[in-house]
Amino acid sequence: MLQTNLNHVETEAQYNEILQNNENVMICCGRMGPMCVPVYDAMEDLEKEYPHVSFYDMEFDNPDAHVIRNLPECRGFMGLPFTVYYKNGKVVKATTSLQNYEQIKEILDAEFSK
Amino acid sequence: MESKKYDIIIIGGGPAGLTAGIYSSRAKMKTLIVDTGTIGGQMILTFEIANYPGVESTTGFQLAKTMKNQAKSFGCDILSNVRLTDVEFKGKTKSVIINNKDKYSGKAIIWATGGRSRMLNIPGEKKFKGRGISYCATCDGDFFQDKEIIVVGGGNSALEEAVALTKYASKVTIVHEFDHFQAFEHAVEEAKKNPKIDFIMESHLQEFKGNDSLEKVVIKNLKSGKITEKRIDGVFIFVGYEANNDFLKDKDIKLNDWHEVVVNGNYETNEEGVFAAGDALAKRYRQITTAVADGTIAALNAIEFINRN
Ligand SMILES: Cc1cc2nc3c(=O)[nH]c(=O)nc-3n(C[C@H](O)[C@H](O)[C@H](O)COP(=O)(O)OP(=O)(O)OC[C@H]3O[C@@H](n4cnc5c(N)ncnc54)[C@H](O)[C@@H]3O)c2cc1C
Repeated sequence: MLQTNLNHVETEAQYNEILQNNENVMICCGRMGPMCVPVYDAMEDLEKEYPHVSFYDMEFDNPDAHVIRNLPECRGFMGLPFTVYYKNGKVVKATTSLQNYEQIKEILDAEFSK
Repeated sequence: MESKKYDIIIIGGGPAGLTAGIYSSRAKMKTLIVDTGTIGGQMILTFEIANYPGVESTTGFQLAKTMKNQAKSFGCDILSNVRLTDVEFKGKTKSVIINNKDKYSGKAIIWATGGRSRMLNIPGEKKFKGRGISYCATCDGDFFQDKEIIVVGGGNSALEEAVALTKYASKVTIVHEFDHFQAFEHAVEEAKKNPKIDFIMESHLQEFKGNDSLEKVVIKNLKSGKITEKRIDGVFIFVGYEANNDFLKDKDIKLNDWHEVVVNGNYETNEEGVFAAGDALAKRYRQITTAVADGTIAALNAIEFINRN
């Protein structure tokens, strides 16, 4: 399990349930590595600012993480973490590699207006 | 604008800033650390730290967490992921504005904004970051199993990471701008004797090309001027570091030609009451131990400065 203060997605069933029951979802799929930790950290801070968005992380090496690794929107991704944004269960944006607080905020504002 | 009052405001929460925070809050100075990113700085970018005395081996993430908790335990306030809007370095009372709206005032400032990896700043670099271009071999190496990659650079990081990447890649080509390497001799030897590594010297990458992901690079030979295209699956860039002092360019803090902060023996800048520490300084060795030492000395001098005035 990732050592963050975010809620974790641990199974495919849980992933499906989250997407079914939440309008705005952001999931960061990575390891406890240098490019991933700053994204989790930014998400922990943004969680307070965006109560209408559900923030999760998922361990990249969890076999069930194929639900993210194999998304067509993540084709060509070769940098951790893979971060995916969903609206009503559909992918609206996906990014690869390190994104800073400002870049994430920009996506949240564009995709999940309050 | 109403301001929240502090004794010492530290800009940057890497090892230099956190150490300064530990010393000044422990000395009962009301202390604030502000950071535009994640607390821990470049330590967060480091998988394993094996040369920090007293700690046999740890992750950068863990060491950063420990330092942050230590600073907090002495009462230091810490704000991360903020936007630094303005800093007033002049006068008896210094002020810092963040997120365009929150003002903090202090009697002394410690500038500890560290450094970042240099980018090549050539066409396609931003587009293919994470889609074939990487700055972290340990993070992304396993995406390049049996693939052909380029490593750009000629220092220790470039050569050591090139060798490490042969664990995954079928072939690694090191592209370097000079006809010799800056790395230590043993790192050069290791790379030269590795059968999977070859070299393109005296050359620059000029452009990255591809569709969904990186497919080709354009390489210019600096001696002959000849331009070639090479098919490639990935490029790892290790071309050194630069100080995070962009914010100081139109301020009156003295910088050297490389935009590094110049300080005196007390780690004080040309501006009274403004101190600096860590990788943001003009100095030769950039390590966690040296940042921690700088942070200590800057904080002790800032405390003395406040007590004297
Ligand atoms: C990949 C890698 C591996 C390394 N391995 C080792 C090692 O094994 N051992 C070792 O001793 N050293 C190592 N180093 C070097 C070491 O990490 C640095 O020398 C050290 O972190 C410098 O500390 P610092 O506090 O000066 O700056 P940094 O660690 O760079 O921290 C500066 C902080 O300031 C923040 N900041 C930047 N600009 C602003 C601004 N305008 N306003 C507010 N905040 C700002 C940044 O977000 C950052 O958090 C490594 C570095 C890297 C990149």
